[in-house]
Amino acid sequence: MYSEKVMDHFQHPRNVGEIENASGVGTVGNAKCGDIMRIYLDIDENQVIRDCKFKTFGCGAAVATSSMATELVIGKTIQEAMEVTNKAVMEALDGLPPVKVHCSLLAEEAIHAALWDYAEKHGIKIEGLEKPKTDISEHEEEEEY
Amino acid sequence: MDKFIYLDNAATTRVLPEVAEAMMPFFTEHYGNASTIYKLGAASKEAMTGARTQIAQLLGAKTEEIYFTAGGSESDNWALKATAEAYAGKGRHIITSKIEHHAILHTCEWLEKHGFEVTYLDVDENGQVRLEDLKAAIRPDTILISIMFANNEIGTIEPIREIGEIAHEKGILFHTDAVQAFGQVPINVDEMHIDMLSASGHKLHGPKGIGVLYIRKGVKIRSFVHGGAQERKRRAGTENIPGIVGLGKAVEIAGRTMEERTAYERELRDYLIDRVLTEIPHSRLNGHRSERLPNNANFCFRFIEGESMLIMLDMAGVCGSSGSACTSGSLDPSHVLLAIGLPHEIAHGSLRLTLSEETTKEDIDYTVDNLKRIIENLRSMSPLYEDFVKKNQ
Repeated sequence: MYSEKVMDHFQHPRNVGEIENASGVGTVGNAKCGDIMRIYLDIDENQVIRDCKFKTFGCGAAVATSSMATELVIGKTIQEAMEVTNKAVMEALDGLPPVKVHCSLLAEEAIHAALWDYAEKHGIKIEGLEKPKTDISEHEEEEEY
Repeated sequence: MDKFIYLDNAATTRVLPEVAEAMMPFFTEHYGNASTIYKLGAASKEAMTGARTQIAQLLGAKTEEIYFTAGGSESDNWALKATAEAYAGKGRHIITSKIEHHAILHTCEWLEKHGFEVTYLDVDENGQVRLEDLKAAIRPDTILISIMFANNEIGTIEPIREIGEIAHEKGILFHTDAVQAFGQVPINVDEMHIDMLSASGHKLHGPKGIGVLYIRKGVKIRSFVHGGAQERKRRAGTENIPGIVGLGKAVEIAGRTMEERTAYERELRDYLIDRVLTEIPHSRLNGHRSERLPNNANFCFRFIEGESMLIMLDMAGVCGSSGSACTSGSLDPSHVLLAIGLPHEIAHGSLRLTLSEETTKEDIDYTVDNLKRIIENLRSMSPLYEDFVKKNQ
């Protein structure tokens, strides 16, 4: 059901962990729906993401999208990191099953939440960044049977 | 050879070689239609009657009270829809429980859309229906009580004899979905006042695509599949003779081996439960400790999610199942785990392991050893565990 890349990132997740005194931390999702992602960012004085770590409670896709998202943002400037959308994460993983698309949305949202935290701490504004929703859930259509 | 341990026998079972062997001639040799007059057809008919008798014997029923269906879901659909229709003149109220299989729950929801009222009984923290709740739910227009014999997820066995007595006293029909219990625990339809019972072949080492509905003689029940005169004109369609023969053989073996087999499974199951609960922190057993299916163990592990655990177990060669939302395609975890009062975040981290007589102690040890490693690994990645550790420092 998962692509080889998803399985690879699930089995060998990159950048798991915490960053002490992180420049920004963002947590999104909720345990009720079964996914929580937390992203830690270490951002240098030139607004370049030096390091990124994650912790995730969730399914295989949630772990893989978190792992991929950290890889995609490390070394990027804040503005470049804003371009890492859920689509970019999905493409980098060679796709996700339809029921798992919300995991990639969660990854994008987690990065944004960490950036928002950084911006608030430093009193700056990041273009295009809105206050993140803390709870991401898709409303599935009830099927008639 | 790669390790392979199958601990998902509540999902389906391996067809026993003796069962497959018994079925084979009915594909290529005795392929006759049982409704025909010539000898070829007679062989099919005879084999079918033999299977029917075996099943009736294990249930303490009469041969002519056994009807073949395409599986447990069809049996459940038939029992509910056709009795609702036949007894609608008497009343339109049905009682069931919140932890039934979806074959019952979704059929009840369908009936609600068609003018019937359904009461879904709560269960206690072990997953058992409370008899006083049942008594209180009975109304003058109650026509049917449908409570499962044993739950497919948490393995809890319901107080079927007592429920049967209550239904019998009140003159209400009693149906039980015994798909998980049939062949695992002794069932006697007369002693337990069961009027209808659903069972399935593939849960007891028989083939898939064959099931049974027991209907007590005298119960008015409409035909579910219209057509030919098969199954006493109640379920049309040329009989699945190889399936029926396979089911008969599986039932014969299940009945013969039940005592010894389930004693073995129970011992192994308790060993599994003891090891998990003592060696894995923040774990709990779901379902009744003693009133449970001999082969069922169901756990919750805090701070982790079930699907991740299943994939990692699979990579270690172990097949299990989970009530996590991610394995069901929706965002809600198992309705059964929620009904026994577990919060969502804990219900997401559930694992069901269901044994068979082929499971060994070595299999259990291997599984628990891997499970410990997997849970530790997933917890090291979990923000919930991180928060928990920080809070308790």
